[in-house]
Amino acid sequence: MSADLVSTLQARFPRLAPRPSADHPAVNAPLEEVVPLLRCLRDEHGFDLLTDVTAIDWAPGAAPRFTVVYHLLSTTRAGAYVRVAAPCAGTEEAPVAPSVTSLWAGADWHERECFDLMGVRFEGHPDLRRILMWDGYPYHPLRKDFPLAGIETELPAEDVAAETGARVVAAPMAGGPFVASAGEINLTEAEPRAKDESWSDRAPQPGHTPLRQVKE
Amino acid sequence: MATDYNFPDSAARAAAAAQEAPAEFQTEKMSLAMGPSHPSTHGVLRLQLELDGETVTRADPVLGYLHRGDEKIAENMTYNQFVPYTDRLDYLAPLANNMAYAIAVERLAKLEVPARCQAIRVVTAEMARISAHLMGLGAFGLDVGAWTVLLYSLEEREKLYKLFEELTGARFTTSYTRIGGVTRDVPEGWLGRVGAFCDQFLPILEEILKLLTRNKIFMDRTVGVGVISRADALAYGLTGPNLRGSGVGLDLRKDKPYSGYEQYEFDVPVGTTGDCYDRYLVRGEEMRQSVRIIRQVLARFPDGPWYAPDARRIFAPPKDKILTSMEELIQNFMIVTEGPQIPPGEVYFEAENPKGVLGFFIVSRGGGVPYRLKIRSPSFCNLSILPKACQGILISDVVALLGSMDFVMGECDR
Repeated sequence: MSADLVSTLQARFPRLAPRPSADHPAVNAPLEEVVPLLRCLRDEHGFDLLTDVTAIDWAPGAAPRFTVVYHLLSTTRAGAYVRVAAPCAGTEEAPVAPSVTSLWAGADWHERECFDLMGVRFEGHPDLRRILMWDGYPYHPLRKDFPLAGIETELPAEDVAAETGARVVAAPMAGGPFVASAGEINLTEAEPRAKDESWSDRAPQPGHTPLRQVKE
Repeated sequence: MATDYNFPDSAARAAAAAQEAPAEFQTEKMSLAMGPSHPSTHGVLRLQLELDGETVTRADPVLGYLHRGDEKIAENMTYNQFVPYTDRLDYLAPLANNMAYAIAVERLAKLEVPARCQAIRVVTAEMARISAHLMGLGAFGLDVGAWTVLLYSLEEREKLYKLFEELTGARFTTSYTRIGGVTRDVPEGWLGRVGAFCDQFLPILEEILKLLTRNKIFMDRTVGVGVISRADALAYGLTGPNLRGSGVGLDLRKDKPYSGYEQYEFDVPVGTTGDCYDRYLVRGEEMRQSVRIIRQVLARFPDGPWYAPDARRIFAPPKDKILTSMEELIQNFMIVTEGPQIPPGEVYFEAENPKGVLGFFIVSRGGGVPYRLKIRSPSFCNLSILPKACQGILISDVVALLGSMDFVMGECDR
């Protein structure tokens, strides 16, 4: 059944290649054939539900660095799945893939998430903006070169500052969760410890005189 | 699920009223931020609404207030270390999430778990479904003004949590499954107590549903409100009760059985119109079916090991062996420090969770840490229809719509 589907698709799209897969039928497609292929799968093979759109980052310097992966599910053919993968075009910093929002309206948020976290630009998307991180956030956190501990960034609080006159101070990053991958990091540094909350005591609170000064 | 009631559609009514209003009554559009802390947005969803009077003309959901970067975290820890993070996805049904994650990794490792382990997982997943739906129904009732329902459903949920606590040691964050098994076998007499819960629960469930099913106020608020058509539900990738409420009978427990679901008999309830009332009816019926499944599992609960005995490099050996045998001690040390050794490959597994289809796409390059782990969360996909579904309905119907969608932001934002 799975080999059937792949060979049927290959007869129609000769540039497809079977993708190694342990579970569902899977194909590697050139980027420009993604939209016609998915349309064919939806209209002729009954894969009517786009369950997932995501990307894989194959580390900086890899070629191609990003691969987009689509998972389709058929509601009529008793839980049949198919996986379609395609290497992204564009540069390493700004990978590009075609949008499939014209086929499934639900691709909208999947592609926005993928753009937000991986930085893949989906061409033809009607409203490609961040969805989980805030607008104006400068990084794409799921990329392999983004550190787990995070990068300090300005908080988007101009409107709050303009209204209240108060400065918005971000809590310092605490270094991410405890990670014990042997050999890669110094385990002493990675040990969990009490969270350092002293930064919030040090800052003078607006409208309050610190107790110490009253004593003096 | 046909109803003989024929209520005027509030959205059509409002739109007609706006059309008929003379020019001097046409008002300017108002912008309203609903949430992120609003009782009916169930967590930290923010809806940026544009209103024309009481009619919503545009809705823009703003997500991310609960974004914790679970996928990034998963890439930086071993497979076993990530189990507690799955509790915190849909935190109303952690046992179902644990199971979905474990099965995904087991598929990657080509690991067969024994029948007893599968049975334990099915029982816990169905109990999680009942507890999640009880909360969902209670909160939905609360949203549309019937708050007695919540009192009844929380009491029943508490009984389930007692059973969860006895089994896993925690009420909420259960972390019960392991790759290749479960943390521990069911305690003595626990299965009997689950059976007793089912016996006393069914009559109470009927009573809870009776509070809503033919309740005039509830029907006024939900029948014909927030209609999601079959085509829209498919286009936006809705799953779970929300998809079935719109008339698509997709249930992966039936269509793509996992963990031995093919052995059990149950029905998949399907709605006809796709309104808030249908989604409510589907959830009510699903709880009855869950009880049916649990009873079938209990009736022939298999004996034998509750973890895969051949998973030597994946599943930690029993504690008494670790303390007495050198080889098991070394094996345990390797699993804890380097993680379970999973072969390279890709796997995508979806499980039918209470909120819909929860999927894990795992890319492994070998070793104890996933190279990429993508969580396909049902609440995220279900909510993506909001800009369309909220268009043109009354603001009070937005509350009913959100309640009937039954989403969890912990899973949506991940």
